[in-house]
Amino acid sequence: MVLTVHDVTKSFPGAEGDVPVLRGVSLSLERGETLALTGESGSGKSTLLHLIGGLDRVDSGSITVAGREITTMSDTDRAALRRSDVGVIFQQFNLIPSLTVEANIAFQARLAGAFDADHAARLSKALGLTEHLAKYPEALSGGQQQRVAIARTLTARPKLVLADEPTGNLDEATASEVLGQMLRLVRETGAALLMVTHSSSVARRMERHVNLSQGHVV
Amino acid sequence: MIATALTALLSHWRCNRLQFFAMIAGLALATALWSGVQAINAEARASYDAAAATLGEGQFDQLLPRSGEKIDQATYIALRRAGWQVSPVLEGHVRTEEGRVRVVGVDPLTAPGTIAPVGMQEDSNLDDFLTRGVLFAAPDVAEALSGVVSQRVITDPSVAPGVALTDIGVAQTLLDAHNQLSRLIIAPMQPMGLPDIAAVAPDLALQPAQDAGADRLTDSFHLNLTAFGLLSFAVGIFIVHGTISLAFEQRRSMVRTLRALGVPLTTLIGLMISELVVFAVLAGGIGVALGYVIAAVLLPNVAATLQGLYGASVAGTLQLRPEWWLSGMAIAVLGTGFAASGALWNIAQMPLLASARPRAWAVASGETARRLGAVALALLVIGTGIAIWGQGLTLAFALLACLLIGAALILPLLLRSAVMLADGQARSAMWQWFWADTRQQVPGMSLALMALLLATAANVGVSTMVSSFRVTFVDFLDQRLAPELFIRIEDPAQSPYLEAILLSEAQEVLPLLSVETEIAAVPTDLFGVRVGPTYRENWLFLDEAEDVWDRVETGNAVVVSEQLARRAGIWTDDLVTVAPGLSLPIAAIVADYGNPLGQALISEPLFRNLYPEMQPLSFGVRSNDPTTLRNVLTEEHGIPESAITDQSRIKAFSLGVFERTFTVTGALNVLTLAVAAFAILMSLLTLASIRVPQLAPAWALGLTRRRLGQLELLRAVVLAMVTTVLAIPLGLMLAWVLLSYVNVEAFGWKLPLYLFPGHYAVLTLFALLAAALAALWPAIRLARTPPSDLLKVFANDR
Ligand SMILES: Nc1ncnc2c1ncn2[C@@H]1O[C@H](COP(=O)(O)OP(=O)(O)OP(=O)(O)O)[C@@H](O)[C@H]1O
Ligand SMILES: [Mg+2]
Repeated sequence: MVLTVHDVTKSFPGAEGDVPVLRGVSLSLERGETLALTGESGSGKSTLLHLIGGLDRVDSGSITVAGREITTMSDTDRAALRRSDVGVIFQQFNLIPSLTVEANIAFQARLAGAFDADHAARLSKALGLTEHLAKYPEALSGGQQQRVAIARTLTARPKLVLADEPTGNLDEATASEVLGQMLRLVRETGAALLMVTHSSSVARRMERHVNLSQGHVV
Repeated sequence: MIATALTALLSHWRCNRLQFFAMIAGLALATALWSGVQAINAEARASYDAAAATLGEGQFDQLLPRSGEKIDQATYIALRRAGWQVSPVLEGHVRTEEGRVRVVGVDPLTAPGTIAPVGMQEDSNLDDFLTRGVLFAAPDVAEALSGVVSQRVITDPSVAPGVALTDIGVAQTLLDAHNQLSRLIIAPMQPMGLPDIAAVAPDLALQPAQDAGADRLTDSFHLNLTAFGLLSFAVGIFIVHGTISLAFEQRRSMVRTLRALGVPLTTLIGLMISELVVFAVLAGGIGVALGYVIAAVLLPNVAATLQGLYGASVAGTLQLRPEWWLSGMAIAVLGTGFAASGALWNIAQMPLLASARPRAWAVASGETARRLGAVALALLVIGTGIAIWGQGLTLAFALLACLLIGAALILPLLLRSAVMLADGQARSAMWQWFWADTRQQVPGMSLALMALLLATAANVGVSTMVSSFRVTFVDFLDQRLAPELFIRIEDPAQSPYLEAILLSEAQEVLPLLSVETEIAAVPTDLFGVRVGPTYRENWLFLDEAEDVWDRVETGNAVVVSEQLARRAGIWTDDLVTVAPGLSLPIAAIVADYGNPLGQALISEPLFRNLYPEMQPLSFGVRSNDPTTLRNVLTEEHGIPESAITDQSRIKAFSLGVFERTFTVTGALNVLTLAVAAFAILMSLLTLASIRVPQLAPAWALGLTRRRLGQLELLRAVVLAMVTTVLAIPLGLMLAWVLLSYVNVEAFGWKLPLYLFPGHYAVLTLFALLAAALAALWPAIRLARTPPSDLLKVFANDR
């Protein structure tokens, strides 16, 4: 198992006391598996993704990533885990604006001390970024920027890729194309993928599909 | 990992060079201002001391011949051999076509520290001085001397009028006085266990140091300059704070991305701190260098004075003294630390998933402004408490701090209120948008505006202080140095004889009769004065009853100094016991800035009744032509040169020195304002990129970019105007605290506060101009923003 989530709860402080968002969520993911996480807006998809990525802390329950329990880890250890084993792709603001596309792609792998230039070059080529390598992110379109984020994540060879609506800002054709490239490359690298999405057409292209509703997985 | 994360952090500066420049320049300027003021303060003090010392006569104990005019050089050598640190002076006259020039020969190598050049920058000058022989004189004197003497005459306007300054050996040749000296200056520091002077040199009489007159006034001036230094430091801190927190704000999205990719928070903060330390040291270094340049540019006069004395640079002139460059560096590093601590704290507290966009300014700001306003109000209340009940110098400075910080912190709230008030009046949609947008801008600009507030207030305060000081000082000199010449003798037996001579030659003779006594348990000098036109016309009082001098003249009243009055808790019309059995009403209170003791004045006859055995040792003499009178006294009556002090010369010289200090403070005023303008410029430029999302909708709804640029300019001027209007009363309060609070605590007297409305109007104009100039470039840039940049906001992809 690359990922197991067991009975996780999370609530946020609201105007009238805490508002539960996750009320006992469990799921698991095998090596190389792809999973679509859907649900209404506000159902807690992003919250769950952040918890898995160690970007936020659970109220109760357990999460193991690559066999390691992360809910009891220190911030520093979770950061180390993110460098080496987990890749996170957000809807936007993924890139470092002051670094070139090439430096952005290499960035996470370099942080982890595991940069492989050939691998990076292959990924850039596969994602059609070769001619943009010297540019800065602001000169790229939204779809191109997301492809850079995908390349960056996969260059670091994470065991688990977490993506929060990575194609949410793209038109349908571009979204479909970026998604196709992403799925292919994830399979090539053998990583597991957990992707949050609104779109049922996207969800259909994944191996498994779970829906989040009323704080539970159905 | 560390190297990779650091590359990313630093790449921000590569892409935002302007921001980098703003930060380094802001820090460097703040440091420069601080170290410049420090340097000027130190140098002004040194130069004043040096000027007072060369004039001379009063500063040190001296040895004069008991009889005759000259001292044998052998006596000098005997004293030096015995271990006495004495320095020879030879004075005499050289005849020129137009009259006479007084030649003063000194020995630069043995003269006490404040007169002698401690170090030489150009050795050739010293060689010149010692071997070839050089004279220094003001232009007119130099002209008169050329052709008369064979030595080179160097023109130096700072040498006192009618005097040529040279080396003692040259003077001996010139005056044909081989192996002869006029007097010996005794250095203040002497080795232990010296033989008695009387035993080594029985022919010499000791003339004790005289009070230079305005020493305490000078001290007060320096204290006030120090306060100005602190103020400029505060301005600097605000600027540094502004630049650094804006720079951090812009890196929020990078911080989020870095953390999401697995850079631990502690590593990130550690890296940012190291980065800041490097920047602070870099900028501090630049700042200290800049401060040195500023001081050097502002101080050529001071340096010239000292150089003029011996043709060589005096060590006191702008050396990179460790204490001030170290303090400059400390200011840079501590200022950065202080400024960054808030920003770093925010980053440490910021949830990893917080919005990557720079914070929505206005949302947070209303609350913040109110909180700052509350703190400010508390500070102002504490300040008022101190002003009413507080005592002591520390509390006086605490009052200053409360006033300044309180005013700065309340500024955002006041600006917000002012803008909201204007918003309520706005009729058209455009103006409504303008005011709403201005309100959003206030938090981002408030640090720069606080800097402007402090800078303008400092300018108002300091120029009020300096000008009040000048008015007071000139009055004081006019009053105390009214007699053109002072003649001083050692032997009381000669007093009646001297008085007779003086009466025959001068317009008015004022014997100086005084004893040290106690009045109302305060140590006091009691003076017996010959009431005449001089006292009646020149003396100004802080407080007076009717017919002051008539009542004093007839022995029915006394005039006391402010120190005595304040310490003894007495005032005009109170009765004081002047001597056993003699109580007189106080007719007037007189300011005395030269003396820590109390003073009391009664009429000469009354004094002579009380102390019949007392003979005056000093006489003030009034004359329309003091130079001729002096010549008559020395040549026809054989009164030694050294016994005569030329007051008008001292007065002119002291005024000159002060004038220079005023010029320097004036220049500093302009500089602080320039730095504040720079702060505005930088915050506007930094804000510009953040503001695009706020401006884009207005543009999309039909405001042209040109119009947006004009409004941007107008906004800066409006905000600066509100700030300046607040700064003037703040500056006046500042001056008031300095003059009537700090001074009383430190020196026992108040300086009167004079108002200079014309000056404040000019300052306000300058401040507005500075703000407008600062806003000009950002406004032009805004007017030229490519539409594509504005459109990106709507594209929502970055
Ligand atoms: N930091 C927070 N503080 C308070 N409430 C929060 C916070 N983050 C999320 N929430 C709340 O938790 C709930 C779930 O939010 P979440 O972002 O996980 O939803 P989502 O399923 O990702 O929605 P969407 O599809 O719109 O992205 C929402 O009601 C949201 O308001
Ligand atoms: Mg979401």
